Amino acid sequence: MDRSMEQISKERLWIYEKIFNGLSFTEYMKSLVTPFNMIAVILILPGLSFIVNRYLYGLGAVTNASDVYPWGLFISYGLLSGVPFSSTGFIMATAYYIFGLKTYRPIVRLGILVGLLGYFFAVCFLLVDLGRPWRLPYPMFVSLGTASVLFLVAWHVALYLSTQFVEFCPSIFEWLGAERCRSWAAKLTIGATIFGVILSTLHQSALGALFLLMPGKVHPLWYSSFLPVYFFVSSIFAGLSVIILVSSLCRRFLRDKTDADFNTKFDAMILGLGKAASVVLFSYYSLKLISVAHENQWELLITPYGSLFLLEIVGFVFLPCLLYAYGVKMKNVSIVQITSVLTMLGIVFNRFNVSMIGFNWTLPHREIPHWKEFFIGIAIVTIGVLVFRWIVSRLPVLRELPKYPRPPKQKEEAFEGVRPSYLRLPRIAYGSIQLMNETIKNWKGA
Amino acid sequence: MKINRRNFIKAAIAIGGSSLVGFSGKAFAEKDFSDDPKRCGVLTDLTRCIGCRSCEAACNDANKLPEPEISFDDQSVFEKERRPDWRAFTVVNQYPNPKDEGNPVFRKMQCFHCNEPACASACLVGAIKKTPEGAVLYDESLCIGCRYCMAACPFSMPAYDYFSAASPKLVKCTMCYGRISKGEIPACVEACSEQAHTFGKRKELIRLARERILKNPEKYEDHIYGEHEAGGTSWMYISGVPFEQVGFPTNIATVPYLTFTKGFLGAVPLVLTLWPALLGGFYIFTKSREHKDESGAQKSEKGGKS
Repeated sequence: MDRSMEQISKERLWIYEKIFNGLSFTEYMKSLVTPFNMIAVILILPGLSFIVNRYLYGLGAVTNASDVYPWGLFISYGLLSGVPFSSTGFIMATAYYIFGLKTYRPIVRLGILVGLLGYFFAVCFLLVDLGRPWRLPYPMFVSLGTASVLFLVAWHVALYLSTQFVEFCPSIFEWLGAERCRSWAAKLTIGATIFGVILSTLHQSALGALFLLMPGKVHPLWYSSFLPVYFFVSSIFAGLSVIILVSSLCRRFLRDKTDADFNTKFDAMILGLGKAASVVLFSYYSLKLISVAHENQWELLITPYGSLFLLEIVGFVFLPCLLYAYGVKMKNVSIVQITSVLTMLGIVFNRFNVSMIGFNWTLPHREIPHWKEFFIGIAIVTIGVLVFRWIVSRLPVLRELPKYPRPPKQKEEAFEGVRPSYLRLPRIAYGSIQLMNETIKNWKGA
Repeated sequence: MKINRRNFIKAAIAIGGSSLVGFSGKAFAEKDFSDDPKRCGVLTDLTRCIGCRSCEAACNDANKLPEPEISFDDQSVFEKERRPDWRAFTVVNQYPNPKDEGNPVFRKMQCFHCNEPACASACLVGAIKKTPEGAVLYDESLCIGCRYCMAACPFSMPAYDYFSAASPKLVKCTMCYGRISKGEIPACVEACSEQAHTFGKRKELIRLARERILKNPEKYEDHIYGEHEAGGTSWMYISGVPFEQVGFPTNIATVPYLTFTKGFLGAVPLVLTLWPALLGGFYIFTKSREHKDESGAQKSEKGGKS
C-alpha cells in the first residue's frame, strides 16, 4: 500500500513540481483565485464569446469591415502594432549574441519570450481576421503568390516564429531537465539569431511595404517610398520600449522570479535601453522630417491631417526622444519607464494613421471599429499576458538555474579583475537590496 | 573562438546556410503583364446610358447572383449612390448633368479588369489571375480571405461576403469569362438597348473611343478613362461630363500598381545575402575581442597570484 502510494506520488511529483509550482492540486487551484486572475477572466469572457460569434456568423457579425475598408482593429492593432512590439526578440538577441553587449544578459531570454508570444498572438489576431483561417498554410504549401508583399510577410512571420521557438528552446529544456537537448539547442543559437535578424528586417519593413501598393488611398503625409524603412526603424524603438516596460513590470510584480543578476543590473539595463531608444527615435524623427521636405508637403501640414501628423511626430516621436535622453542623463529610471509607454502609444497611433485614419482619405466617411472588435482585442492581449506570466513563473527566463550558469564571461569581471565570483556574492546581495529599495522608492515617487 | 581553418569553415557554412534557407522563403518574382494585342475589353459611353438597369438584371441572371432587395425596374435606387456588393457585380448610379439638367448622367460601375492588376500582385496565394482575354478572375478555392486585394484595388471595386462564416468569398465582375471564352459577349453588354457598351479588342476600342471624341468634340470630354489609369484597364469609359463629377476616383496613378512594390521586392535578395555576411562578421569580431579580454584577464589573474 505504502509502496504504491509512493510510486504514484513519484509519478505525480513531476507535474506538481513543473506545473503546480510545487503545490498540491487543491492548493494550486486555490492559489489561482486572486484579484488579478478574476479581473483577467472578466476581461477575457466577452471577447471570447464574440470570437465564437465571429466563427458562427462571419466577420460581419463582430466587425465594421466593409468593401471600402476591408481591414479593422485586428490588422491595425493586432498585426501592424503587435509585430513591431515583438521585435524585442531580435533586438535583445542581436545586442547580446552578435554585438556582445553582456550587460543585457539577464533580459535576453525575456526579450525572446516576449517576441515569441507577440508573434504568436499576432497570428491569433490574424486567425480571427482571415476569412478562411483554416487555409493559413495555403501560401506556404498549396499556392504560392510570390509577387505579393504579403506572401513575404506570411513566410517570414512563420519562419521567424519557428526561429524564435528554437531560440527559446534552451529555457524549455532547462525547465524539463533535458540536458542533451539543451546543449543541442544552445548550439543553434547564433545561427538562429542571424537568421532571425534577416527575417525581422524583411518582414518588419514588408509590413510597411504592404501599403506601397496604395498610393492613392494612404494619405500623402504617411505614404512615402520610405514606408518600409519607417516600419523597420520604428520597430526598433518599439521593441526597446516594450522590453523596458515588460522588464519593469516583471521587477515590480514578479520579483520572486528574478535573480540577483537581473536585479543588480536592472537600472543600468533600463537606462541603456532608453539611451538606444532615444537615438533611434531621433533618426526616425529626422527621416520623417526629411521626407516631408523631400516630397515638399509643407502645405499639407496646415490641414487637419497635418495636425494629426504633427501630433504624431512631435508628441509621440520627438517628445519621447527628448524624455528618454533626459531620463538617461538624470539617471532617472521612472522617466524612462513612463516614456516607454508613450513611445508604444506612438507606434499604435502611427499604424492606425497609416492603415485606418488616413486610409481612404479621399472618401468622406472614416471607419470606426466595432465595439466588439475592442473586446476581442482586449481578450487576446489578456490571454497573452496570462500565458507570459505562466511561462515566466515556471521556466528560467528571468533567472538562471544554478545547474546551468550561462558562460560567466562578463566584461565587468574582466575589468574589475581577479576575485572569484563567490567572493562577490555578499556585495551583490547588498547591492541588490539597496537597488530594490531605491526602485521601490522610485515607484512610489512615480 | 579562434579563427583557424576549422572554425572559419564552420562559420562560413552557418552563414551561407542561413542565407540559403532565407532564399527558400523569398518572395521575388516577375510577371509579364504586357499589353496583349488579343486582349479584349469593354468601352462604355456614358452619353448613351439611360439608366434602365437592364445590365444589372442581365448580370444578376447570367452569374446566378442572389435576388436583389429592390427590383431592377425600380428607379428609386438612384436616390443614393451605390457600389457593387456581395450580391451585385455591377451597379448603375445617377449623377446630375451640369450641361443639361433634365438629363442626368448614369454610370455603370464594376471591376475595371486592369492590364496589370494591383489585386493580382497583392494576392499571396495567386487566387487572382489576369487572363489573356483581358478578364481578371478570382479563384475561390485558393482564397484565404486576407482581403489585401480589396485594400490594394485603386478603384475599391471587389466586394466581400462578410456574413458568411464557412465560405466567405470575394465578389467581383468576371467580364462573363465563361461567355467570352465561348465567343459570346458579356451579359450586360448584350442586354443594353442603347449600345452604351461595346465589347471588342482593347486596341480597337481605344481607336473607336478616339473617333467618337474627334467627331463630337463638344459632346465628349477629351479623355478615355482607363486608357492609362492604373497602367491601363480593359473596361474603359468616355463621358460627356468631367469624370470626377460622375464618381470616378481621380487619385489613380497612370503606371501599373505593381511598380510601386517592385523596388522593395528587388531589395529582398540584397538583405538575404548581405545581412548574414555583415552579422556573421560582427559576431566573429565580438568573439575574438572577448577572447582577447579573457586571455588578458587570465594574465592579470596569474600576475595577481604570483
